[in-house]
Amino acid sequence: MVEEQAERPADRIWRRYDRRQRLIHYAVVLAVTMAVVWAVHDIDIFWPWVWDAPNQISNLGARMWPPDPTRLGAIVAAMLETVHIATLATMLTVFIALPVSYIAAQNTTPNRACLWLGRFILVASRSVNTIIWALLFVAIFGPGVLAGILAIMFRSVGFIGKLMGEAIEEIDRRPVEAMEATGASKAKIIVYAVVPQVMPAFFAILILRWDINIRESTVLGLVGAGGIGVILQGAIDTFAWPTVATILVAIIALVLIGEALTSLLRRKVL
Amino acid sequence: MLEISQLTKRYGQDDPVLTGLDLTVEGNSVVAIVGASGAGKSTMLRCINRLVEPTSGSIKLNGHELVGLKGAELRRARRRIGMVFQGFNLIDRLSVMENVLAGRLGYVSLFQAVTRRYPQADIERAFQLMERVDIAHYANKRADELSGGERQRVGVVRALMQEPEVLLADEPTASLDPRTSEQIMMLLQSLASELSLPVLINIHNVSQAKTYTERIVGLRHGKMIFDGRPADFTSDALDAIYGGIEAAQDEPPAPPAATRKHEAPHEPF
Amino acid sequence: MNRSDTPRTWRKPPFIANPLLRYGILAVTATYLVWAFATLPFNWQRIAEGLPRSARIFGGGFPPNFSRVDLLLTGFIESLQIAILATLLGVALSIPFAIMAARNIAPLPVYLLGRAVIIVSRSFHPVIVAILFVAAVGFGPLAGILTLTLYSIGFVGKLLAEEIEEIDWGQVEAIRAAGAGYLATLIYAVFPQILPRQVGLSMYQLDSNLRASAVVGIVGAGGIGSTLMNAFGRYDYDFAFAILLVIIAVILVSEGISGWVRKRLW
Repeated sequence: MVEEQAERPADRIWRRYDRRQRLIHYAVVLAVTMAVVWAVHDIDIFWPWVWDAPNQISNLGARMWPPDPTRLGAIVAAMLETVHIATLATMLTVFIALPVSYIAAQNTTPNRACLWLGRFILVASRSVNTIIWALLFVAIFGPGVLAGILAIMFRSVGFIGKLMGEAIEEIDRRPVEAMEATGASKAKIIVYAVVPQVMPAFFAILILRWDINIRESTVLGLVGAGGIGVILQGAIDTFAWPTVATILVAIIALVLIGEALTSLLRRKVL
Repeated sequence: MLEISQLTKRYGQDDPVLTGLDLTVEGNSVVAIVGASGAGKSTMLRCINRLVEPTSGSIKLNGHELVGLKGAELRRARRRIGMVFQGFNLIDRLSVMENVLAGRLGYVSLFQAVTRRYPQADIERAFQLMERVDIAHYANKRADELSGGERQRVGVVRALMQEPEVLLADEPTASLDPRTSEQIMMLLQSLASELSLPVLINIHNVSQAKTYTERIVGLRHGKMIFDGRPADFTSDALDAIYGGIEAAQDEPPAPPAATRKHEAPHEPF
Repeated sequence: MNRSDTPRTWRKPPFIANPLLRYGILAVTATYLVWAFATLPFNWQRIAEGLPRSARIFGGGFPPNFSRVDLLLTGFIESLQIAILATLLGVALSIPFAIMAARNIAPLPVYLLGRAVIIVSRSFHPVIVAILFVAAVGFGPLAGILTLTLYSIGFVGKLLAEEIEEIDWGQVEAIRAAGAGYLATLIYAVFPQILPRQVGLSMYQLDSNLRASAVVGIVGAGGIGSTLMNAFGRYDYDFAFAILLVIIAVILVSEGISGWVRKRLW
């Protein structure tokens, strides 16, 4: 019974976290609080507008109701254009992304210079958002679908190239070794031992990016690069809110159809 | 005839993996190379077809020097050297026939390789060899649908498709169950005499080495310490090769990946 | 061993066994390509001017002009503020929406509502949401915060809802068996299981909100994007390229930090 005496229930303290953990928690909470206070305090917002915002938003919503389907024909045509932009851009990207992934993968790159060139292309492509690419191409080629296709392509190269590069780096090296032992040249090794191994990854990545590109191409028109965004921008500029509502519904429908189609493709192809 | 003389391989500044190795293999003899993990068996075989670059020494196949060959010449030399791997090294997603025909990659053009339009003679030979090892009915099956023993037979046929002048087998039975591994050893033995082909087999299983080969070479720490007929391979020789090396018999042989690790990490192929 | 009935020729079996389907797919693809290219309105005359124009743009853009540092800095600070506030609001609000959208703990009508909110907010690209908020509450960072909050709710909410649907149900039963109510069950049996994921997601979301804040500014929702859009609009290409370079640098740094933090946490 000595032990029971030494450690009576009253002396036992239970804490969820130990001292160091608690200190880290406090530090994190303090840092977050400071960041938020600074952001709220410093940001260039006219606060009365904030309290008025729910009002304004519901007002806008009310003006949109009911959706106006009179321009449905033009909307559907623009939707098709959007899909074309996404699809063609995804297809064309393949021709650029595959060589780039080939030189950006450590096990296939011809030399160091190519490796760094490949990585630079991938990083540059991924760091600039589609709509910023679109801004640039609209400035160069003028408003229209070409700027849109190029913008989607330039962003997708980084995405597809990076993931394909990783797929190439993860291949089983043993068949490659066996092909080398037969006296096959490098090109034959690529088509025979590397390509079959990365095929499933390639289709998965392509389908994934097509899905993303459908979404991205809905906004290209806002900077003049073609697709449904052009009509959306026009409707907003003319305060045709019921038409805006119709366009929004159409975009949701498009995205959902795209999602259904990609999951179907994934099941069929992979 | 394969003549290896003074073959040395060292990775970077480490101790040499192979030191001054001399070995001559003639005619259609089957040679077993035994030794503990890390004794240099795998490195030796890979030096022959230059998957591993020898540091110094000479390797001659039917009078042609292999060390120092580059580019197209090296590829032409490799065509004459068949290799069978421990992990089969098949391309899983391709059919058995495509894997078998891969043995002709050193001969056909890139266009033929891409479109799989191999010459009629190659296809004929592929069917004959596949029938010889009983896998012809799998021709259009995917390689990963086969069992281990069947996969290794695909590996053997692929190597024979090269019309090799020497066959290297790197632990061909280590990934197989005992029964299947006996079958593969028997197959290699009879192919050697049918095709009058010298065969070098790295093998861990000493009793199989004694049963299926006519010559045993023992390596320890990169040096040859036994070379003789199976009948002369006594328990003394066994001790000399494996003695003092812990659990040498049970330990699986080092996979090729482990040897590659020493080389330049980003080596392109 | 020579079986004479074996076929002696061999061709690679086609990728798609059914010839009708095989050629059908080819034909459909070809038709689609022709149709798409034929219907898309390319303004070739304008496109032909592209080369001299791009020479002018890149010529005007190099070297990038970093002299207006204060403007650049103001834009970035605003972007950062937008990202921080939107992440905080979005992550906090995503919890109730995730609970609503988790089939295993929400009643059906609530579940459908929660799912609908998440699907809608995920369907719209943030730029579309931004342009609507700009129309509703005016130009400036407020529209940006609202946009990215909704964006975060969609993204974090979806992943969190999936996480909740995969929790170990035994813990919930144990807490219920101890007599806990709905809220106590949530706090004791559900939250501890999803919290580690939530912290990682927040870091990820902060990173992606910072990226997105550069973009929503293009339609007037504040931050560096607005600065960039103004520079482009004034054909001020050397300043625009300076902004672009800084955006790339900031994105790389933020990706690095967020990746490092997430690695430490998991």
